[in-house]
Parts: sequence; C-alpha cells; structure tokens
Amino acid sequence: MFEIVDKRELAKGIAWFEIKAPRIAVKRQAGQFVIVRLQEKGERIPLTIVDSDAKKGTIVLAVQEIGKTTAEFQHFGIGDSILDVVGPLGRPTPIKNYGTAVIIGGGVGTAEAYPIAKAMKEGGNDIISIIGARTKDLVIMEKEMKAVSSKVKISTDDGSYGLHGFVTDALQQLLDEGLHINVVVAIGPVPMMKAVCNVTKPHSIKTLVSLNSIMIDATGMCGACRVTVDGKTKFACVDGPEFDGHKVDFDELTKRVSAYMEMEKKSYELYKQSLK
Amino acid sequence: MSGKDKPKPKKEKVPRQHMREQDPMERNKNFEQVNLGYTAELAVREANRCIQCKKPACVPGCPVEIDIPGFIKLITEEKFVEAARKIKETNCLPAVCGRVCPQEDQCEGPCVLGKKGEPVAIGHLERFAADYEREQGAVAVPELPPKTGYRVAVVGCGPGGMTVAGDLVMMGHEVTIFEALHKPGGVLVYGIPEFRLPKAVLYAEVDYLQKLGVKVETNAIIGKMFTIDELLGQEGFDAVFIAVGAGAPMFMNIPGENLNGVFSANEYLTRSNLMKAYQFPEYDTPMIRARNAVVIGGGNTAMDTVRTAKRLGAEHATIVYRRSRHELPAREEEIMHAEEEGIEFKFLTAPLRILSDENGWVRAMECIQMELGEPDESGRRRPVPIKGSEFEMEVDLVVVAIGTNANPLIMQTTPDLEINKWGYIVGDPETGATSKKGVFAGGDIVTGGATVILAMGSGKKSARAIHEYLQTVKK
Repeated sequence: MFEIVDKRELAKGIAWFEIKAPRIAVKRQAGQFVIVRLQEKGERIPLTIVDSDAKKGTIVLAVQEIGKTTAEFQHFGIGDSILDVVGPLGRPTPIKNYGTAVIIGGGVGTAEAYPIAKAMKEGGNDIISIIGARTKDLVIMEKEMKAVSSKVKISTDDGSYGLHGFVTDALQQLLDEGLHINVVVAIGPVPMMKAVCNVTKPHSIKTLVSLNSIMIDATGMCGACRVTVDGKTKFACVDGPEFDGHKVDFDELTKRVSAYMEMEKKSYELYKQSLK
Repeated sequence: MSGKDKPKPKKEKVPRQHMREQDPMERNKNFEQVNLGYTAELAVREANRCIQCKKPACVPGCPVEIDIPGFIKLITEEKFVEAARKIKETNCLPAVCGRVCPQEDQCEGPCVLGKKGEPVAIGHLERFAADYEREQGAVAVPELPPKTGYRVAVVGCGPGGMTVAGDLVMMGHEVTIFEALHKPGGVLVYGIPEFRLPKAVLYAEVDYLQKLGVKVETNAIIGKMFTIDELLGQEGFDAVFIAVGAGAPMFMNIPGENLNGVFSANEYLTRSNLMKAYQFPEYDTPMIRARNAVVIGGGNTAMDTVRTAKRLGAEHATIVYRRSRHELPAREEEIMHAEEEGIEFKFLTAPLRILSDENGWVRAMECIQMELGEPDESGRRRPVPIKGSEFEMEVDLVVVAIGTNANPLIMQTTPDLEINKWGYIVGDPETGATSKKGVFAGGDIVTGGATVILAMGSGKKSARAIHEYLQTVKK
C-alpha cells in the first residue's frame, strides 16, 4: 500500500498528490512514470512522475479527472493509501546541454513537463516554458515553471490569461522573435503534440514528445502501447515514453488512445451514478 | 482340484477413468472450470490401475521428480492428504501442475500401461490429491531445517521462480521473490484463464509458499527498482535466480497490425485473466467483445485465447494456423476441449495483411492458403504458400499468439550477464549458472518460450546448484 502524505488542488479537477514510495523516489529520473492501480477492481494507468523527494521517500503525481479511474483518484485524500504503485518505468529524458530548450505543457501535461524543465535546467540549458490551458482557471504549475525557466509564456484557448490561442501560437511567436531553439519538449494531448511537431519540423528543431498510450503491464509484456515511430513499431512503455516527435505516427496514436472510448464513457457514467 | 491347477482369476481390466467435465455448450459461455476433478471413488479406481512398477518409467518423465508410484499408492489406500504431502516433498505447486502440465509428453508418456492401452491418469490424480488437501483445510507446513542465514533473491514469481523459492526455503535459506505485476503467479495468473486454472487454486499454492517462509514482493520491477548488482550489493542477497519468462510478445510484421482490435495474446489474456476485464464494468479494465474473432497460432496460448474470445460471446472464434492439425503444438486435451466448444479451425492458412474500416478498426484479414512441403529444421513439414490462393476473412478481432521474445529489461542494466543472439540469458542447462557470479537463471528467459513444467524443472535443478554455490559463500 502506498500512502498519500499530501494533496492539493492544482485546478478544478486536477489534483496534486505526494505519495510515499521510497524505492521509486530514490531511483526516479525526469521523464519516467509509474503505473497506479487504486483498488482491487481497478485498472492499471500510467502517470508521469512530477517530482520526487528521495529523503522523504515520496513521489508526486498530478491527476486530472478524465474518466472513471482519474475521477475516483480525486476522492483519495491525505492518509488514504493506493493499492499498487509500480516504477520507475520508461526511459528517462535524455538530459544534456542542448542550449536553449523550450518546454511545452498542455493541460495536466504541464505538471508532467515540469520535471523535464527542471532536469534540463540542471543540465545547463536555458529554459523557456510554454503553459497552455483552456482557460485561466486551468493554468497550473505556473510558479514551479517560473522557478526553473528564464521565461514562461502562457496561452489560453479563450484568451482569459496570457496569449489568446494555443501553445503553438506562443511557440510561433518565439520563432518569429528570432529565438534560436535547440530542443523542444512537448507534453499534452495528442493533437497538441502533433501541432507542435508541425511547427518545429520545417525549422528542423529536435522535438521530443511524451506519449500517453494505453498501457497495462508497462514492462514490455503486452504491447498495448505500440506506436509507429519512423515506420517501426515501438512500445511506448519500454522504448519510450519519449520519442522524436517528427517520426511519430500521430494519426495512428490518436485512433489507438481512443480505442476504448465507448467503454470508458460507460464506466465513468456508472461511477458518477454510484456517487449519487 | 489342487490349488496349482486352479485357473488364475483374471483381473478385470479397468479403463482409464475420465474426469467429469462441464458440458461444452454450457462452459463456452462461462469462465468456470472445464474439468471438474475426480471424486474420491474415481480417484481410487484410477489409482488402482497403477501397477507400481519396480523401475517406474513415469518418474524420469517428471521434471520436478515426484514419487509418482508412491503418491498413487497412498491414494489407493485412501490416504489422500498423505498423497498430497508426498507430492509436495518435491513439488510445491501440485494443484497447478495437475491442471496445466502436458502429462502426455511428461510422466504419462512413458507409462507402461500406455503401451497396450491408456496410461494412468497421473495428472488427474495429482490434481485430486492437491485439491483434496486444500478443500479439507489440511494444508500444513512440513518441518523445516534450521536457517542457514543465506539470502536468495528470485526475480519473477512465475512457475520457475516459485519452484526455486520453495526448494531453497526447504533447504533452510531465506528467499524473497520480486514480482513486477501486482499479483504473484506470473504466466499462471496473466496467461492461463480461470476456466483452466482458477486464481483461487493458484493463490492457495502461493500462500503455501509464503507459509513455508518465502517472501513475495509484488510491484517490484528488477532492472528498474533494483538492478541485479544492487540485489547482490546493498540489498544483501547472496545469490539471485532470474526467472522472468519470455515476456515480450512477437508480432508478424504484416500491414495493419497496429489497427484497433489487434492484440498480442499477452495483452488479450492479461486483460481477461489478471485484470478480470471479462467482468467489465464491475472491474475497470475494458475488453473488446468481438463477433468474428481470429487467433493466429496453434499453441496452448492460442487455445486459451480463442476459447476466451468464444466465452466473451464471439459467434465465430477461429484458430488460423499455417500448418495442419497434426502439427498443432498445443496439448491434445486443449485442442479437443476447443473443438468441443465450437472453436473453428482454419488450417494451412497464413495471414498476409489486416484491413481497416474507416475508423481505424479491424474489418477483415487477407490470408493465403498453404501446403506442407519438405520438413524444416524443427522436423515439421514446412508450410509453403499456394500461389493465387489469397482470400479475405471478415473479422473484428485479431489476436497474435505466435510466441514471445526475451524481455530485455534486466539485461539492459546488467552488462556482464551474457546473452545469446536472440536476447536470452545464457544459462548452464544443468545448473542455470550464468556468466555472472552468484547469478542463476532458468525457465523461458533461458530456453525461450516453453511450458510451465519445464520452467519448474529448471527451477528445481537450479535450486540444487544455488544450494551448492551458497556453501562456497563466506558469511
């Protein structure tokens, strides 16, 4: 069992959890994730590790309510325990001194982009962050991102905060301003990552994306997370989760991550009814 | 008449006793056990068929060295609990083995009775004894030798890992099994369906191991959480046994394999067995229910998969296999059970590509007919495509069950562990010793995909070798 030692709300429907998992906390590197199973009848879901504290033996996860399991997770509080947490999984982000790194997070992806921004900063890079959200209230981790970035740009779909538009508009602005970018890391919804790659590709800017494929064991055993990269089948769990975004088949990924949409909806509805 | 002239009373020939089974057309709609086990009466009758050979041919056929005539004799004496304990002297997983071993290739193959009739149903009897002991609540821990103080880490809580752990703990060593998944059992829990091996039966045997003193740590991925060197270093283990199985699924590398509705057998079975997706939405993990399911491959895994698809409501659940029935690698019992349950077979058929509907889901599979040519290196006749015989099958679920590869997680972080060109660990076939001191390996990660009992056999041999090795370790 893995005890929740702290919890706060990052935004409506997005919770921040600090969880006791000493063995993972010691080993974990930026870009890695864990598999979580909340309870005996629960599913296994991958969640990027947002932060860790080896001394306290804790890891941090950010969870946005998008379906049954993530909704159920919101109801876990300080002192509650999660049945299973496994990790650290996946390959760490290849951290080195690239020069100028633009780190882009969309929605809850900002929390997942944060550890990479932090590690890239420690790796000697100049960090410029872009935080994207639908609206002002959903902008998260601004303070944390500012602490590791020399500049933070914010975009909201409705223009309620920062730039009115998408993260790609913010990225385009940076390019228009003549900024020389050595590497871009984008984490967020599939359409966002695809759009970022479409912006960086003509400029040949190395772009890493972290894929949120469906996973079960996440140790390379089942192949649920397969993704086509450069024409070859890769497993996001053990070969990723980060890949060269210019080589990822996003259209296939879009279809694969929505494979269970109908069933997920049903499960979510049943759960919401059960709360009434 | 003198006694000498009296005609010898002819012993009535008792046929092999059949185990009761659930009706095929009922069971193909549920996940309850197919085989229902012997009654005590049937077990005694079957046990009496054993002629108690002086030099039993069955025992050398058993990789875990069970005293087969010994336990069968106890059954004839109606000492059922004692029979179970006799088996457990060398095999800590009798209820599992009695259900999933390919006995026809192991103990029952060389049985003398099989020469003229049918061999003794050793597997059924093993299952009976183990089930009897468990159901009577008579499971007890034998007396264990004094603790040696040596600590062994076992990586992977599948059949090989559990066997080595059971044997070592019975030699007085301290054993911890590290399991990557959230439940113990390895392939026995994620791979083998409830209708062949109920989880409760498996967990009872895991529980027995724990009662013997084996520690089981789930959610522990070696290669990530600890490396092998860390187990031998900071974690203070004196030896390590790697039994992680051949965990990576093989695909065919044909077009359309990443469409929605195409799965590896590992994924399909893990969803159903480990995650209990067949009980969705009571359990959270979802699973596709298909009308026309095809499973590519002919082994036990393929049979488990296709029978699961049928139980999940497929109108047509079909095995597509490139050779003929004769070459199917699955156990005969599984093939027969599948046939009885209405599983369809397309032999001499190989897939060429999988075709998509407008939403990225499987719609059809294009195949080609094969014919058998000259034998290949495996001794089986090689399937050769028949030109111009391409045809399309309407399908909405494709499961690829053509075997597995080595999972590289451990090897990536253990550079001094020698691996062969296929990525498997090089282990001495007799001892499991690897290129790394104090590190042994066995089961599928050494041999490539094989059976539960062969993994257990290698665990048994390695337990002895590890025991010997520990004698050389200075404390």
